[in-house]
Amino acid sequence: MVAYPAGLSHLPHQGLWLPSSVHPGAMVYAFLIHTLRAPQAQDMGLCRVLYSCVFGAENSPDDPRPHGAERDRLLRKEQILAVARQVESMCRLQQQASGRTPMDLQPQSSDEPVPLHEAPVGAFRLAAGDPFQEVRTVVWLGVLSLGFALVLDPHENLLLAEGTLRLLVRLLLDHLRLLTPSANLLLRADRIEGILARFLPHGQLLFLNDQFVQGLEKEFSAAWPR
Amino acid sequence: MRASKQKKTKHHEEVQLFPQTARHGGIQDEELQKFCSRVVKLLQKEELGPDAVDALQRLFLIVSATKYKRKLEKTCVDLLQTTLCAPKCPEQLQLLCTAILRERSPSDDLNLSCDHVQNSRQLSLVASVLLAQGDKKEEVRSVGQRAFRVLESRQPEGPSLRHLLPVVSKVTHLAPHTLHEDQTNLLSKRLVDWLRYASVQQGVPHTSGGFFSAPRARQPGPVTEVDGAVATDFFTVLSTGQHFTEDQWLNVQAFSMLRAWLLHSSPRGPSSPDTDDKSELEGSTLSVLSATSTASHLLPPQERLREKAFEYCQRLIEQSTRRALRKGDSDLQKACLVEAVLLLDVLCRQDPSFLYRTLSCLKALHARLCGDPARVRALLPIAQFFLNHGEAAAVDSEAILQHLFTRIPCELFHSPMLAFEFVCFCRDSLPVFGRNLDILRRSFPNLFKLLAWNSPALTSEFVALLPSLVDSGTAVEMLHALLDLPCLTAALDLQLRLSPAAAERPLWDVSLRNPSCLEASRDPQFQGLLQHLLRATASGTTERLAPLHQLLQPLASLTRVVQCAEAVPTLLQAFFSAVTQFADGALSNQLALLLLERSDSLYQVPQYEAHVHRVLSSQFLVLCARHPSLVVELAKELLEFVGSVSSVHSRETMLTAVVWAVGEYLSVSWDRRCTVEQINRFFEALEALLFEVTQSRPSATLPKCPPRVITVLMTTLTKLASRSQDLIPRVSLFLSKMRSLAQNPAPSSDRCGEDAGAVCTRAAELLTLLKMPSVAQFVLTPSAEVSEPRYHRDTNTALPLALRTVSRLVEKEAGLLLG
Repeated sequence: MVAYPAGLSHLPHQGLWLPSSVHPGAMVYAFLIHTLRAPQAQDMGLCRVLYSCVFGAENSPDDPRPHGAERDRLLRKEQILAVARQVESMCRLQQQASGRTPMDLQPQSSDEPVPLHEAPVGAFRLAAGDPFQEVRTVVWLGVLSLGFALVLDPHENLLLAEGTLRLLVRLLLDHLRLLTPSANLLLRADRIEGILARFLPHGQLLFLNDQFVQGLEKEFSAAWPR
Repeated sequence: MRASKQKKTKHHEEVQLFPQTARHGGIQDEELQKFCSRVVKLLQKEELGPDAVDALQRLFLIVSATKYKRKLEKTCVDLLQTTLCAPKCPEQLQLLCTAILRERSPSDDLNLSCDHVQNSRQLSLVASVLLAQGDKKEEVRSVGQRAFRVLESRQPEGPSLRHLLPVVSKVTHLAPHTLHEDQTNLLSKRLVDWLRYASVQQGVPHTSGGFFSAPRARQPGPVTEVDGAVATDFFTVLSTGQHFTEDQWLNVQAFSMLRAWLLHSSPRGPSSPDTDDKSELEGSTLSVLSATSTASHLLPPQERLREKAFEYCQRLIEQSTRRALRKGDSDLQKACLVEAVLLLDVLCRQDPSFLYRTLSCLKALHARLCGDPARVRALLPIAQFFLNHGEAAAVDSEAILQHLFTRIPCELFHSPMLAFEFVCFCRDSLPVFGRNLDILRRSFPNLFKLLAWNSPALTSEFVALLPSLVDSGTAVEMLHALLDLPCLTAALDLQLRLSPAAAERPLWDVSLRNPSCLEASRDPQFQGLLQHLLRATASGTTERLAPLHQLLQPLASLTRVVQCAEAVPTLLQAFFSAVTQFADGALSNQLALLLLERSDSLYQVPQYEAHVHRVLSSQFLVLCARHPSLVVELAKELLEFVGSVSSVHSRETMLTAVVWAVGEYLSVSWDRRCTVEQINRFFEALEALLFEVTQSRPSATLPKCPPRVITVLMTTLTKLASRSQDLIPRVSLFLSKMRSLAQNPAPSSDRCGEDAGAVCTRAAELLTLLKMPSVAQFVLTPSAEVSEPRYHRDTNTALPLALRTVSRLVEKEAGLLLG
């Protein structure tokens, strides 16, 4: 009874608000961290993806030519980079519109937490085929020179996604000390993976109350002492 | 500064690790091989220490930092796979191996399999590699089957099932058709247990002093609500305590995946053609069954799960009234409210017998949320619910939508997330608006506030939304509103500055302090105009906002205003391509007039006018092409426009379009009502204009007239003359004057040679054509048939043939004259 083609099994009334090509539900497609260039500096190099994780890839195209896998991987990397670039420009536009500079967020001393609730945040939609096969929503948060983004399936609970993104950023800033000069995000992938495995397992957004968050954080700290 | 320093460090990271990187865009293959052998040696050791961690961290960086494939030795890849599956391997190393293998995916040299994995944590790791492969070898199916095998083999209390559920959720999402019916039933049953019957006692902390030494004396106590009170009912994600039991963890997982699971495992699908009949039938039998809740354990698993999900949602809604002690819990309450409403929607669509219980519950919830600005986001799914079940709740849905559209955008336009969600709601709900579509359409002034404030993120959404938003009743008002969009942005900024409840953190552009218009805007003269600009719904009237443009001029340089101005041309294109689909003659006339009128009444934002003129002029021509009679019907207004052009330069594109349209469409062949007097009147007006623009000396204040305007004017004059042939001598004289003027430019003029050349060539061409008046008429006023393909294929009727004949005749005549 369950053997319906993908994406079609959920519509009791056809033509309701879900386009038939879309899998609804609460899943995250990808998480990424990338650089945000300062708006005034034009020639600071390219926007770079520092870390990305795709949770369950889109189906690979049927490509009989040799090196299909390589091309497929290249495509995925380009897709993530396309998201990063778009987040970067959205973040810059929002920051410019508010008349603030990214440095306004900088805490006075390194002991103070970054005021995340004041960080620029936003969401936008990616049309089907550009760059992903399916429609996706991107929720992003910019902190100083770093951008963080979740690529979601449409019809996701955006409030939960936003909360989860804030939580992830807070944890990453705390446990990787991302904003201290010696911090080395690129060589600490295991910590990022450890945080994601607990707070966003396989891209599943979780309804975690404060005590659950604390429990998971304790568990993480035990495995990765700061 | 610190941040930039840090970025620099990162930037050069790869370079520091491997000095060649900078030169070759990646480390050399030999070097990578050497490094791989080192990794292999480290991974072969009995004890995996910090060296191995360090090496794997570097390997991850090498693999992930490039878009291209890095060739790793087979032994290295194999070792990564065995390390990942080694039961005693520390988590840190396992995660690194997983991440490296996942980063290489899709990859042909992977031989990882989940067939014999028993441990659910390990399966989760293997799955994250396999699910990234792109499903070429049905990896998703095998992961799914394995996950269910593990699920079947354990009791729900099993120690680490919580690592398994996200895998199941992902597989269901990627390939729902790979699950069998008994598997679906099994999971539905388990979900019921975890959702509804998780322990209401707190968990026992894991003490370090041995596993069995948990002191009996310290009983953990009951779980509590978010406000600290002892829990009144079953455990949910909003129940809290010091420590949690395994089934409480599973409760969280189960609720998190519930909506997706219900949708995928729904027994009803569109595969049956008579869905509607069937649903009614099923609905009625189900309602009898679910009404007898005592028999609920006898229900099929899927229906029982829906019953429990319904209870869970109701409990969440009740729990969200509590005052949370912690900020995190208060945020979670809001997200839970949204999820509960979304779930209720799914439940009611799958089983209409839930509908009446849900309606009363959601009506009460709506009433409660209306007075609670912090929880406004939940109003969107509620509105969605009432739209989806509109027939059952027609009256309520209208009131709910009214409230949503009139209140929310004007109060919360400055929240980027709300704005995005609101517009997505409108766009996605279009098919179900039904007779409520009118409410949406009439609310466009309010929706435009979201757009005006958040234009970068919302422009593409509005391009998709506009065709449904505009109809013949609102088109004119909407065009005004679109042209005034940057002005609306400025007005919203002003409104925020003036609002009494200024937030802790200002919402307006802080780089501009105390603009001079702040005080002036309190003047009653402006108040009415501001209110009109900031109206919530369509008013059916238009106001001349020029005084407001003046007032808000100090805000025109705000970045947000400039961003909005940049979006307007795209929006105008979308607007016109929608409107021209349905606009009749009367509406086209109205819009054409509006274009002319507004072309010199725009808010002065840098570059804005030029960009808007480009769209308006091309759209004016589109309107004319669709309704050629427009030119005859609006003859008076067009004459006025041509006569009133004070500065050719600022309205070059508009003027060119109008003059061109007159030449094209002022003809009896387009409209029988076109008279010779009309043609003559236009001829005189355009002749005067051409005279004016060519005779005036260019100066610093008055730049020279662009050659495009001159050539279009000449062409149009020639066209008109070919239709009223008494004018031919006049235009011929004028053209030859133009030719000589262009050939011998006055020494004072700095008209460059290229421009003069273009004018000269065009004048010569037109003069030649006019020598054969009937041919000129054929060439300059082709009948509508000329655009048919036949005219360009058939050598006997084709336009090129006609032109060749003409040129031959003209040459002959010239030869005769010479001879």
